[in-house]
Amino acid sequence: MAKTDVKVLGAWPSPFVMRPRIALNLKSVEYEFLEETFGSKSPLLLQSNPVYKKIPVLIHQDKPICESLIIVQYVDEVWASGPSLLPSDPYDQALARFWAAYIDDKQWFPSVRGIALPQGEEGKAELMVQVFEGLALLEDAFDKCSQGKAFFGGDKIGYVDIALGSFLGWLKATEKMNNVKLLDETKNPNLVGWAERFCSHDAVREVMPETDKLVEFAKMLRARFKAPAS
Amino acid sequence: MAEEVKLFGLWGSPFSRRVEIALKIKGVKYEYIEDDLQNKSALLLKYNPVHKKVPVLLHNGKPIAESLVLLEYIDETWEGNPNLPPDPYERAQARFWAKFIDEKCLPALWKALFGEESEQEKAMEEALQNLKMLEKELKDKRLFGGGGGGGGGGGEESIGLVDIAANFIAYWVGIIQEAVGAEILNRERFPVLYKWIDELLSCSVIRENLPPRDKMLAYFISRVQAAKASK
Repeated sequence: MAKTDVKVLGAWPSPFVMRPRIALNLKSVEYEFLEETFGSKSPLLLQSNPVYKKIPVLIHQDKPICESLIIVQYVDEVWASGPSLLPSDPYDQALARFWAAYIDDKQWFPSVRGIALPQGEEGKAELMVQVFEGLALLEDAFDKCSQGKAFFGGDKIGYVDIALGSFLGWLKATEKMNNVKLLDETKNPNLVGWAERFCSHDAVREVMPETDKLVEFAKMLRARFKAPAS
Repeated sequence: MAEEVKLFGLWGSPFSRRVEIALKIKGVKYEYIEDDLQNKSALLLKYNPVHKKVPVLLHNGKPIAESLVLLEYIDETWEGNPNLPPDPYERAQARFWAKFIDEKCLPALWKALFGEESEQEKAMEEALQNLKMLEKELKDKRLFGGGGGGGGGGGEESIGLVDIAANFIAYWVGIIQEAVGAEILNRERFPVLYKWIDELLSCSVIRENLPPRDKMLAYFISRVQAAKASK
């Protein structure tokens, strides 16, 4: 398939944008990455995602697909000859969907992001509790999903790995900016090992933003959108 | 081993009813267990420790939670009358709109009907916008559809994931509006959506799997009264 048949609209700092890129990499699908300019939305974006006006958007043969995990499932189904991202067993598949939904719909990532924003100590402490609780659940989920193997998806990276792993860049940046350890070998040995394997994987390495770059980006955001005094 | 399917649900929950509709469309036999809200059953806490909510499906002893996850599981597990189409692009569209309903429509509607007075106006605007987008997506289709099993035949075969996910809009909103004395959804504003509601509620598998209207109305009226009393 011609390279220009597949385009991803996105931006380098976004964890959600990483997801379709990892999926396409895993399937060895070539694609054109169209970077959105920070602070503005291109006409193509507004036209392709009129409902949310957000990245990522996958454009395949001129048809747009929106919402990162929906895109990942689409990639899995279209390029079915590549390694599968969702388990074939319906029950395992449901578990994978359940955990991906947990990661996205619940408080977890907003809590991580919230820690990075300026606020009082009490607010931060509360968010940290939420993050730790989430990590404890995910540590347990890893056991159930991996069944002793390297990834949530088993021997290879799968749906839940992509859903959670895409947040690792920001997790590390938050740790650095706040001088706090969120992912801890003593509390989350499974996840720590998994995180290392995930980040060093070929399909992930080139799209995972460097921690320092994210820290710089976060500082820029903070300065731009000065939060009101709490 | 004989197949064992159990569903933990709540008579008034649209999420619980979604799963029942999907099981009925496939003709799956299941045992229904009504959960006791006041006293979250020990079984529920065991099978859904993460969210502690219904619906939870127990299939041969293995639990699954989250209604949209369940709709896909039911499609994958039991053949016939699928709620998702075979084409990946159309599947992506169906998943998109089902997610839109759960993440945008329902919260906005709920806030517009039950939220703090200060939030209601904004929520109302948002709810109207969201419903307009849904209407636009319907266009001239009778149902959101996408269910396999033959086009245009109507009835159970054409009901799709989005139709099932939108059950709250088709049934609960009207009842809650009456209880609360608000009007967001009406025929003049949303003629296309109302046609869809009529079509959906004419399907027996939907109609027979909804909580009785008077009981549901009484429930919401008492909720409204309780809220007023606590002010």
